[in-house]
Amino acid sequence: MSAAAEKKLRALIVDDEELARFVVRELVEAHNEIEVVAECVNGFEAVKAVAEHKPDLLFLDVQMPKLTGFDVLELIGTDTPVIFVTAYDEFAMKAFEVHAVDYLLKPVGKERFEAALERAKERIASKTPVPAEVIAAARPPGEFAERIVVKDGTRVTLIPCSKLDYAESQDDYVALASEGKKHLKQQTIASLEASLDPKLFVRIHRSYLVNLERVARIEPYGKDSRMAILATGARLPVSKTGYARLKALLDERG
Amino acid sequence: MAMNSLLPKNLSKIVFRILWLPMGGFLFVLLNSTGGMKALDAAVIAYPVCLFGQFTLIAAKYSCKSSPIERTNAARLLGTHVLASQIMGVLWYSLARTLVYMISFGPQLQGLDQRFSGKGVLVYIAGVAFYWLSVLYYYVVYARENAMKAEARVMETTMLARDAELKALKAQLNPHFLFNSLNSISALTSIDPARARDMCVLLGDFLRTTLRVGEHPVIPFSEELGLLERFLSIEKVRFGPRLRTEEAIEEDARKCLLPPLLLQPLIENAVARGIANLPEGGTVRIEARCTNGRMFITIENSFDPDAPPRRGNGMGLRNVRERLEARYGKEASLRVTSDGDKFEATVTLPAEMGVVR
Repeated sequence: MSAAAEKKLRALIVDDEELARFVVRELVEAHNEIEVVAECVNGFEAVKAVAEHKPDLLFLDVQMPKLTGFDVLELIGTDTPVIFVTAYDEFAMKAFEVHAVDYLLKPVGKERFEAALERAKERIASKTPVPAEVIAAARPPGEFAERIVVKDGTRVTLIPCSKLDYAESQDDYVALASEGKKHLKQQTIASLEASLDPKLFVRIHRSYLVNLERVARIEPYGKDSRMAILATGARLPVSKTGYARLKALLDERG
Repeated sequence: MAMNSLLPKNLSKIVFRILWLPMGGFLFVLLNSTGGMKALDAAVIAYPVCLFGQFTLIAAKYSCKSSPIERTNAARLLGTHVLASQIMGVLWYSLARTLVYMISFGPQLQGLDQRFSGKGVLVYIAGVAFYWLSVLYYYVVYARENAMKAEARVMETTMLARDAELKALKAQLNPHFLFNSLNSISALTSIDPARARDMCVLLGDFLRTTLRVGEHPVIPFSEELGLLERFLSIEKVRFGPRLRTEEAIEEDARKCLLPPLLLQPLIENAVARGIANLPEGGTVRIEARCTNGRMFITIENSFDPDAPPRRGNGMGLRNVRERLEARYGKEASLRVTSDGDKFEATVTLPAEMGVVR
């Protein structure tokens, strides 16, 4: 056998319940080719542990305090294959939209677990990364994000959408302005726009998405263009089409 | 206008179509028996007048509808119908008069107008009498219709109440609670088999009691509290030290009666939407007291104010409200308040004591 084949698969278990983690650990321990590198009791720990251990496989609960399993996935990116483990079957659709390897329902049985593990091994062998956009966009139609998760190194910040003033496109990133601070996130402004409530956030410019509640007034600026002045004092350019969108939305609101 | 008849639908159609025949017969006898008129005279007046006159009686339907017998005072009721019956009598008389005038030149009917003079009052009386009969008929029909409506309303109310009960039972057997408990048991089987067994017993007890108490309209609070405690014990196995509990129960409150499983959605919310969202966990506190014939039950829990609302939020609360409304009407209420990181649900209801049927 070659050295590569002998190398153990490194797995991470994330669940806020000790007994639930134990079940997964016990099922994993039956396999010599897998070792559990860490167990995490919440999403924050998971994000940190992924950066630190770079695991080959993630067992992830969905309903956890603060960060859900889906938030974790959005933050850690897409290189790590994920097996969701949850008591709720209603997230299955979303799990497959974010290209989860498998979706195990609690109580977890051995046979089902083995099948999931086989699929994970295939995924690891074929190495097919999932584009980050897919994950950010995985949201049932008609439902919008209530908060945005941002990772800065291993620090995770949650920005409630109501506290987001505006977003500015910066190449592959968006700068999110909230409560006097700016947070950088690797996401395009278009996919951010798609995840937010279009009745609250409007794309006033190719590079700017603004929270309608923050707009204090619109001032003319040069020929054919305008400036949006926010309650925070920030000044954002408004393009011609952006102004039309803004106007349409304000008219709709009455 | 749809109107129930006292007869089956097909039969009533026929009866209404031939009703003018017996009416005509009555008027015929009236005219014929008082003398001075030939049988032919009486017949040519009686039947046509009734044939056309019967349509005027539909007016009785509207006068009855506009003055419902149970909501109109007697003087007004009598006044309306006396006046209407007079008009009806005059109408019938005019109908007969016109008819006589038109046909009294016929070969067999020479001098009919003379023979009819003095008989006009009989037609008038028939018109009045038929009107009163119609009034009677329509009032009976309306009374029956009202009785049926009232019955339907009662049925609907009981159905709603029953529906709320069923929903309560369903909400009560939350499948996720079961799945998570089973997962905990499956973990305990290898870590601590004795605890796994305890947990099976707890869960079995909880399910059995849940099904049993659902059959009673009310149970003593002590029994409901027993269920809440069992539920919390099971969840403590799952959440470990993250779930802490406190109780402040007045002795009097234990005997008060309340609908079974009323508080179950509240305790479930407290755990699933409160404690489960806190990395360090928190406390669920149950308080109950009785003062001045009112019972107060409060379930308080720690919660994360920043946690996004979960789907199905409010379902449990609505369920509790519907059940309170179904049993106590406006006499009971559910109030929820949140203050910082504390969430509180308070149920207030009349303090009933007694023996459970």
